[in-house]
Amino acid sequence: MITNKTAISDLAKQEKRLDVRGLRDYREPIVIDTNISWTAEGSARVQIGETVVMAGVKLSLEKPYNDTPNEGGIMVNAELRPMSSEEYESGPPSIKAVELSRVIDRGIREAKALDMKKLCLEAGEKAWFVTVDIITINDEGNLFDASGLAVLAALKSARFPVVNTENGAINYKEKTEQKLPLTKEPVSVTVYKVGGKFLVDPSKQEEEVYDARLTVASDPNGIISAIQKGGPKPLSIEEISQMSDLAIEKANFLREKLNSFLKDD
Amino acid sequence: MVYSERLDGRKIDELRPMEAKVGVVPSADGSASFKTGKTWAIAAIRGPRELFPRFLQNPKKGLLRCHYNMMPFSGSGERIRPGSSRRAQEISMVIMNALEPVVDLSAFPNAVVDVFVDLPQTDAGTRCAAITAAAMALAHAGIPMKDMISSVAVGQVDGTVLADLTYNEEAYDAIVSDIPVAVLHNSKEISLLQMDGEISKDDLIKALELAQTVSEKVYDVQIKALKDYYAKEEKQ
Repeated sequence: MITNKTAISDLAKQEKRLDVRGLRDYREPIVIDTNISWTAEGSARVQIGETVVMAGVKLSLEKPYNDTPNEGGIMVNAELRPMSSEEYESGPPSIKAVELSRVIDRGIREAKALDMKKLCLEAGEKAWFVTVDIITINDEGNLFDASGLAVLAALKSARFPVVNTENGAINYKEKTEQKLPLTKEPVSVTVYKVGGKFLVDPSKQEEEVYDARLTVASDPNGIISAIQKGGPKPLSIEEISQMSDLAIEKANFLREKLNSFLKDD
Repeated sequence: MVYSERLDGRKIDELRPMEAKVGVVPSADGSASFKTGKTWAIAAIRGPRELFPRFLQNPKKGLLRCHYNMMPFSGSGERIRPGSSRRAQEISMVIMNALEPVVDLSAFPNAVVDVFVDLPQTDAGTRCAAITAAAMALAHAGIPMKDMISSVAVGQVDGTVLADLTYNEEAYDAIVSDIPVAVLHNSKEISLLQMDGEISKDDLIKALELAQTVSEKVYDVQIKALKDYYAKEEKQ
């Protein structure tokens, strides 16, 4: 396989890609399956081309934080499993895993996509805490978008477990019909700048040669809830504007995909 | 009271419905997915590749390394904290010991073959599902193998010897034993054997004989998945 860095950016300059896609095209197929894991309260498997990630939601009852006694919480965690790529190793999370989980986490949290107050059962005493784990199965590029979709799909498919009214213990083996209080559905899209052009859904090789990237989480109204700029080169305001437009456009495309797979959720 | 009707209605020698697929992690050198009931293992092989640190290298034979991991949401209770646990380390070791007898390690001196197994959901029998998936993945990776390995748990619940216990059977309120077993297909030898609980020696032998018989069914599913994969490859 060609991994010549200049070849990829030279092609991008001509608006071409090694795998003959257009710069604004996602790979096929995009497949989103939910409820893939009976042990999770909600779960999803997302495939974009050959990239595969899973996400699972676990719920627990805990004491709210002191500064937000009326609210529950959410935490997104990502594991870049050594199974999924030659470059990942076992051990503590790498900075790449930390960045991935933080960007997805902020996309959900800062959009206030989950109504944290509705997660609180007893002020200062007891609230639901939502943990979403992202697990990479096969990394052929664009973990950001695949993970964001998987987390959203897992959250949408989640159902609260039964709580024993006498002792307050959670019975994880039985689920209620109650869904998580999702108020918005932010979808994140990462736009890459390669050879002076903007592209989406990078392959693994394209991820090695980009100059800059911008991850933008946006809701159906185009309201942005999280941004992360990455990569070695700076961006102009004009570039950021164009990249945001592209990200919002593609977020709507991914949201439609998601909804077509999640008719029942 | 004898445990004659199983909680999920299966016959005593009946395995849960199985599903196997090869090539589920395209970037790996070999991979397979194996589902039995609600237990699901995904295995991927990376290697043979150079072994680091270098002092671990052996010029006579390669190293087989196994990494068993339950995903944080794959347990039937609370979330499992990510990272290695004592349980995962021990299971990784017994998986390695189970697979090693059939892998021709002399074929790759100084190298390592990494076997990664991740489980998205579990309902008992995870190490057996891991070994069954890993054996398929090794075959798919083209690692020289002397025999195939198929793994299944057997056991005894309240006096009845049976195959492929679920979590609810392991937790049954009676004398229970759980015996994960891995069987070499041609030699019929056993390369994984652990036992928790209580069992008479006679029942143990009966259980192991049952494991030999029912592991054939696992073998059939493994071979079919491998053949299906290569039939599909040929067509393309």
